[in-house]
Amino acid sequence: MAKGYQRPSTLLDRPWHFCPGCNHGIAHRLVAEVVEEMGMVEKTVGVGSVGCGVFAYEYFNFDGIGPSHGRAPAVATGVKRVLPDHLVFTYQGDGDLAAIGTTEMVHSAVRGENITVIFVNNTLYGMTGGQMAPTTLTGQVTTTSPRGRGREQGFPFRVSEMLATLEGAAYVTRVALFNPAQVVRAKKAIRKAFEVQMQGLGFSLVEVLSACPTNWGLAPLEALKFVEEKMLPTYPLGEFKVPEGVKA
Amino acid sequence: MSEPILMKGNEAVAEAAIAAGCRYFFGYPITPQSEVLEQLARRLPEVGGAYVQAESEVSAINMVFGAASAGARVMTASSSPGISLMQEGISYIASAQLPAVLVNIMRGAPGLGGIHPSQADYFQSVKGGGHGDYRLVVLAPSSVQELIDHTVLAFELAEKYRTPVMVFGDAMMGQMMEPVVLPDTEPYPVHRPWATTGMKGGRGPNIVHTLYLPADKLEQHCQRLFAKYAEIERNEQRSVQYLTEDADIVVVAFGIMSRVARAAVEMAREHGIRAGLFRPVTLWPFPAAALREAASQARLVMAAEISMGQMVEDVRLAIQGRVPVTLFNRIGLVPNPDEIFERIRKEAREVQLVNG
Repeated sequence: MAKGYQRPSTLLDRPWHFCPGCNHGIAHRLVAEVVEEMGMVEKTVGVGSVGCGVFAYEYFNFDGIGPSHGRAPAVATGVKRVLPDHLVFTYQGDGDLAAIGTTEMVHSAVRGENITVIFVNNTLYGMTGGQMAPTTLTGQVTTTSPRGRGREQGFPFRVSEMLATLEGAAYVTRVALFNPAQVVRAKKAIRKAFEVQMQGLGFSLVEVLSACPTNWGLAPLEALKFVEEKMLPTYPLGEFKVPEGVKA
Repeated sequence: MSEPILMKGNEAVAEAAIAAGCRYFFGYPITPQSEVLEQLARRLPEVGGAYVQAESEVSAINMVFGAASAGARVMTASSSPGISLMQEGISYIASAQLPAVLVNIMRGAPGLGGIHPSQADYFQSVKGGGHGDYRLVVLAPSSVQELIDHTVLAFELAEKYRTPVMVFGDAMMGQMMEPVVLPDTEPYPVHRPWATTGMKGGRGPNIVHTLYLPADKLEQHCQRLFAKYAEIERNEQRSVQYLTEDADIVVVAFGIMSRVARAAVEMAREHGIRAGLFRPVTLWPFPAAALREAASQARLVMAAEISMGQMVEDVRLAIQGRVPVTLFNRIGLVPNPDEIFERIRKEAREVQLVNG
């Protein structure tokens, strides 16, 4: 077995546009590896988003769609209804999914749509320069919560916990990428979500806690620590919904 | 051809879509369009397709985006406020060059307006609606049979030019019943080598997107789109004329209003007024040259529409100030022919075509 990093065939050989220390590159790679390992490259359609995930189709070596802001689960619904035997996933950040795209995300789950959402949560709008998102932590300083997110700005949005209450949501889990063990767990979760989809069990979502050193104003290693120490108390890891017959 | 049957406008749209090979519909209920939805919810599963009732028109149009990207012939239908919600999606569909058919069974507006017949979405669909530089082909049928024929034509134009096509109905046409014949011709073929259907056969990735960050790439993209729109303008202008050859007064009306205007023109002729009717069938591309030609002998041109005056602007642009252009309009109803006739008679007096 080859040791060390190898680029999967499902990932094109081009440099990331992501900032140093950003976890998006890891999340992209995990998705690409799972698509390759499942032998699904000829039957996969990835639906990107608007935000730091906007260029997903520039990196994946399989078919891709760039939808409008927040609408990825609706676009994926259209694709999946036409190609029910294909692997169809969305890749969305917390600005895209948990704010403007809340409706599309919730109702795809309500319908039990057989799609997978890869939801990258870094507590703010990264691409537009670090504005507050519904997922911003209480007290967290962003460019639009300069005094820290307080009562007037509301409370952190726990998407996974909320979706787990829906009958149509088959598999909902939250993972992180702040150390190698977490990365391995995250990959297993993505694999499980894709398998749940291909078994036709319903909607699946993998929430990936992700570091944003640039907009947090932290060095890459400090940003990983921030995920572990500051995000986990609000966003605990674990599986919130697992379909019967699928190993927890 | 099959036997004539009696059919409601909205149901006719649904059956026409199936006849045209459409197997996917995404929509949201709204009066006076809901029978399109209900009919397709019943019928699509019977013909091996899929119907999804979306949580909003915003989601519905994005489901259309996805299904079209995945290679499917697809349609949505709504009514004015719902069509407003779709505008963002229409801009994306136009930019991504996706074939899709959109039906607007127009109702009273602005705001919640009412559920009466209306033609007040002309500006929205003919002039833009969504953000940015794009065009929407807009067809204006005037009967239940034409709702069928234009729905079929819409799928053909959408496929041929890789562009969204809108079919305009209104609350009256959607709800009224008329005898119709359903088409039994083969649907226009679907050929989409660019669709995101999975990389079978060793091809590279197919990508459907609308982002062009480098300025020169965006400019090239818009130029490509507008080269296509120029071709549509050259090839697809459609109009119908009635008694315009010698007409002193040319009435211009589309959709349901054109049927009333035709009856008014006949009344005028009975009273010795040489009136004629010019009916645009494509609202974009607007048949400007044909109108200019039809009105070349006219002393007056009168736009008649169910809005505060929207199409009249295109009529003025076509006429280029050669003769006066006036407006007959009503809101919230389809007028009787004698209302239009009385107005024709009044205008005829003013341009001194008849005495007192």
